[in-house]
Amino acid sequence: MEPKTLFDKIWDAHVVKQVKDGPDVLYIDRHFIHEVTSPVAFLGLRNRGMKVFRPQNTIATPDHNVPTLEQHLPIKEELSRVQVEALKQNCADNGIELYGLDHKYHGIVHIIGPELGITQPGMTIVCGDSHTSTHGAFGSIAFGIGTSEVEMVFASQCILQPKPKKMRINVDGKLGKDVTAKDIALYVISQISTSGGTGHFVEFAGSAIQSLTMEGRMTLCNMSIECGARGGMIAPDEVTFAYVKGREFAPMGEEWDRKLELWKQLKSDKDAVFDAEYNFNASDIEPMITYGTNPGMGIGVSGTIPTGKDLTGSDLITFNKSLEYMGLNPGDQIKGKKIDYVFIGSCTNGRIEDFRLFAEFVKGKQKAESVTAWIVPGSKKVEQQIREEGIVEVLEAAGFALRQPGCSACLAMNEDKIPEGKYAVSTSNRNFEGRQGPGARTMLASPLMVAAAAVTGVVSDPREF
Amino acid sequence: MSIEKFQKLVSTVVPLPIENVDTDQIIPARFLKAVERKGFGDNLFRDWRYKKDGTPNPDFVMNNPRFSGQILVAGKNFGSGSSREHAAWAVYDAGFRVVVSSFFADIFKSNVLNNGLLPVQVSDEFLAGIFETTESDPSAQFVVDLESQTILNINTGISVKFEINSYKKECLLNGYDDIDFLLSLKDEIVAFEEA
Repeated sequence: MEPKTLFDKIWDAHVVKQVKDGPDVLYIDRHFIHEVTSPVAFLGLRNRGMKVFRPQNTIATPDHNVPTLEQHLPIKEELSRVQVEALKQNCADNGIELYGLDHKYHGIVHIIGPELGITQPGMTIVCGDSHTSTHGAFGSIAFGIGTSEVEMVFASQCILQPKPKKMRINVDGKLGKDVTAKDIALYVISQISTSGGTGHFVEFAGSAIQSLTMEGRMTLCNMSIECGARGGMIAPDEVTFAYVKGREFAPMGEEWDRKLELWKQLKSDKDAVFDAEYNFNASDIEPMITYGTNPGMGIGVSGTIPTGKDLTGSDLITFNKSLEYMGLNPGDQIKGKKIDYVFIGSCTNGRIEDFRLFAEFVKGKQKAESVTAWIVPGSKKVEQQIREEGIVEVLEAAGFALRQPGCSACLAMNEDKIPEGKYAVSTSNRNFEGRQGPGARTMLASPLMVAAAAVTGVVSDPREF
Repeated sequence: MSIEKFQKLVSTVVPLPIENVDTDQIIPARFLKAVERKGFGDNLFRDWRYKKDGTPNPDFVMNNPRFSGQILVAGKNFGSGSSREHAAWAVYDAGFRVVVSSFFADIFKSNVLNNGLLPVQVSDEFLAGIFETTESDPSAQFVVDLESQTILNINTGISVKFEINSYKKECLLNGYDDIDFLLSLKDEIVAFEEA
């Protein structure tokens, strides 16, 4: 038999039909929806006089524009409230399970799927959100889709997709002190650019990847879209199985045993062929931070901002425009740059492990007075764990306050907007112009880098503490 | 249900020679708060197109009376970032029918195709040629022909082919809708579920 990649194995098992010279009709196991990209799809369905075909495979939660303070009160911003209410009504009309603001399972869609055991190895998972790639950490095919495609899944539980090419990114060796999955992600994107993965589905492999916890793997797969890839995935192993086991919606008893046997087969065959392959050494990676306006513009914290002297034409125009927006000078050291805000949270770094890392660093230290900090758990369960583990006391003693779950300042659809011209060191995923608020200047980094900046008020190297 | 047909377009272009234009620039997240598909065109490129006080920024190409047309031409890696289809709706709603670049982000590309907008991917060289032609002559016309999969720069006489998968090409030429197609497969989908 021809050797297959992990991606091929899952994809091929979900093809209902191949369209001649066209896309595959791919069956979708789990469909996550939220308030921003679903209403028009529901509207389309209504206009056809239809209901959702397989509501039991669909899970809904409002996350993108919910407030992160006083969630028990009605949402103040009218348009946000209308979207959240529309989600509620649409779910009720179609028999879809909704984890609303008042539900104990509420949270960011890509946090709650895995933590509830809804996300499992070998599945096909879609959501109208590009960071759906997060779920690939479990050895599933998970990718973001547009609203027309959300409507396709509502109507038929299938989606029309051309099969992407396959890429493998190997990271081998031992990660240095204070180097996290987020640093691997920012390093890889800085090496292959924000379009390096376009047209491909990425499998991450190698000893440094295997050494990551599930939280770390989710962070890495989450960021795979930032190199342009359709998604990222990691072959499931004992770490994966131990994480899934016992969660609310995970298989139990005999069903667990049966599934586990299948999941153990989910890996790329030894001689499987990838369309592209990259190799990186874990020891080359240091804590990373971005200086520009796309996630590929990242450097090690000890580095200097590139000079752009080798660039010409539209590359140069784009580089200069980016640095001008950021108010940074070519050739300058990034370390020591004064910052104004820190944000820890989002589907990239809003899991319990991220808050543990942050708290461990700030324990016994004090937040810099000049810094405004937004600490936003990814879900109600993460928030509960933060409280149960005594992390909240550590945070409060260091001058930080915990907010309530949501996407928050990652995309600033709610009130959590970084003011114009201010610098934010952020654990989120995108540093695009205006992403965290009009005129906001975002520097992407790991929870540890964010913690170091929070206590010093400047870009700092966590290894020096 | 159907999408608008696309067969052939002859138009001037609106040039945007910037690379990596992400979906947050095409339409910032704060303008995604609608429950309908309409009205996003006004906020296309919002933070580049308007000044902070809401008045048009005269330096932005869409506010420059020299340039108009139904073809948007942008630098490489157009549409990276979010999956928001609002980006495609905004481009369409602002009157564009074709987007030309030397590279498109995957999700954006499928989103535009699902909305009757044609993404035309050309070489860096041909793209640079469009910017050059248009800069010296904003009234220069281009012909985009889906049947022959070609784009012609009338001024230079250079015509190149572009790729599109044949299924999507048929859909656009005829205004077919993906969902009608999927619904026609209901029996096969149910059989797949039961297998």
